[in-house]
Amino acid sequence: MKKNLYPLIFLLALIVLPLLLRQEYYQHLIILFMMWVIIGSAWNLLAGYTGRVSFGHAAFFGSGAYAAGLLTYHYAISPWWGMVTGGLLATAVAFPFGWITFRLRGAYFALATLALNEVLKDAAKIAEPLTNGMVGILIMPTFSSKLPYYYIILFMMVLTILCMRLTVHSKLGYYFISIREDQEAAESMGINTTRYKMISLCIGTFWTGLAGAFYMNYMGFIDPSVVFSLQDLSIAAVLVGIVGGVGTIYGPAVGAFIMIAVQEFFRSGFFGLFKYFADKTGSSAFTTVSEFVKTAHTLGFGLLVIFVILLLPNGIVGDWPKIKRKVFRIKPEN
Amino acid sequence: MSFFRTENLVKYFGGLAAVNNVSFEVREGEIFGLIGPNGSGKTTTFNLISGFHRLNSGRVVFKGQEIHRLPTYQICRLGIGRTFQVVKPLGRMSVLDNVIAAAFARVNTLREARDLALETIDFCGIVPVQNLLAKSLPIAWRKRLEITRAMATRPALLLLDETSAGLNPTELLQAIDLIKKIRDNGTTIIIIEHIMHVIMSISDRIHAINFGQTIGEGTPQEVAQNKAVIEAYLGTDYA
Repeated sequence: MKKNLYPLIFLLALIVLPLLLRQEYYQHLIILFMMWVIIGSAWNLLAGYTGRVSFGHAAFFGSGAYAAGLLTYHYAISPWWGMVTGGLLATAVAFPFGWITFRLRGAYFALATLALNEVLKDAAKIAEPLTNGMVGILIMPTFSSKLPYYYIILFMMVLTILCMRLTVHSKLGYYFISIREDQEAAESMGINTTRYKMISLCIGTFWTGLAGAFYMNYMGFIDPSVVFSLQDLSIAAVLVGIVGGVGTIYGPAVGAFIMIAVQEFFRSGFFGLFKYFADKTGSSAFTTVSEFVKTAHTLGFGLLVIFVILLLPNGIVGDWPKIKRKVFRIKPEN
Repeated sequence: MSFFRTENLVKYFGGLAAVNNVSFEVREGEIFGLIGPNGSGKTTTFNLISGFHRLNSGRVVFKGQEIHRLPTYQICRLGIGRTFQVVKPLGRMSVLDNVIAAAFARVNTLREARDLALETIDFCGIVPVQNLLAKSLPIAWRKRLEITRAMATRPALLLLDETSAGLNPTELLQAIDLIKKIRDNGTTIIIIEHIMHVIMSISDRIHAINFGQTIGEGTPQEVAQNKAVIEAYLGTDYA
């Protein structure tokens, strides 16, 4: 029970939080955070547990977003129906892709996912009659308030984490980790490695697609460079996983929180500090610096990843015992 | 119906015949030794039986069923377990989790798999290390983990590939005891071993190969007196 205590407290806090925190800006940030927990967890199932690193998760996020957007745009079907379709389409993209590329190992599989990402992005740009190309797709948001979105994504996030926990603590989880550790040993233990890699991929991409469809609903606008973005989605998913801790249930949540925090820290010019100085001193130098800092969040996150890989190779959650020992000087229990 | 047999196994790697026309039959309940000098094709034979390599020609028949076209995981599920000469522990899992993962070949729930794994760990005598990470084990325990993991898939036939290599004399005796215990418990064993006194003392029958070809078969005494075998091991001067 103690194991579930912190997640439950955290969940309660997330349920109550938007009622206390009324500014839409903060609600928006928490919504993005929860969306990233889903993407990070989904990525982590394939990369962290099954050992097949994807550099192209935007391919599945984008497929989900477009599935929801196009249904509304062309057929006026509610984008909420598109949510399920989004998950399913992402899985439908993943299935043949996995079938072909799972014979590749290590970096070659990662490169194939990168290629899928770029292929789908270009396809979305070119197929103008269907996707509107670079103009993108605009739909009317269902709700004007952020609260409904907040609770929908909260619900989805809880489902995702429950799904991950059930998966990891079952035959599937043991099989995924066995495949990660040694594929030949796994085969000799009676594991159909192709089949279980496909299952891992399909579960992960379903949730990623679902997150993509939610994004369409929430933002009301998508274009290929946003939802198939290499640096803002595919690489960010890798970073969220690495910072939080690959192969841990709550690692992606920690990683997502840090990513959103770092991103906003930079975007807001260190919480408006630079703007404050610029206004106070009237110096144009501060205005310029503040403009640069706004776009430097990727740099900040990159530095953080280097720091984490050097000091905490298993991520924050994976190396938590080590952090406790070093920072709080607590002796390990066993 | 024979329990297990190979018929004229042939495997080429490029132009080299790694295994050339090897046939043998294993009776249920025996320990069957497979010997030969380095590079004679013993491990390749295991890889052919367990489906890691495909045969160029020949047949492998287990309990009346042809298995040489099946994938590795199905061969395991049919009841042929194997260990690897170069051990393959699932490093970042505990020893217990290693064995649980293998036990899932026979059961579906975690509770059942855990019970089966604990039982097997006890049987194979690796209880003291069950909570350690597999990658932290010294070689003797790793070899034992290999056997335990294979046993957790409940094999009728177990392929042991040099499980005694690198062990000290005490560990060697324990390994021999374990192998005999596994046989007495009803599992048939094919064993590859370089340490002669081990294989001579535990095998019921021995099949000797060299350069991928059969050079002799029989009881340990017969094989020890076989001219071709002595030649292969000690050179023509001693034959």
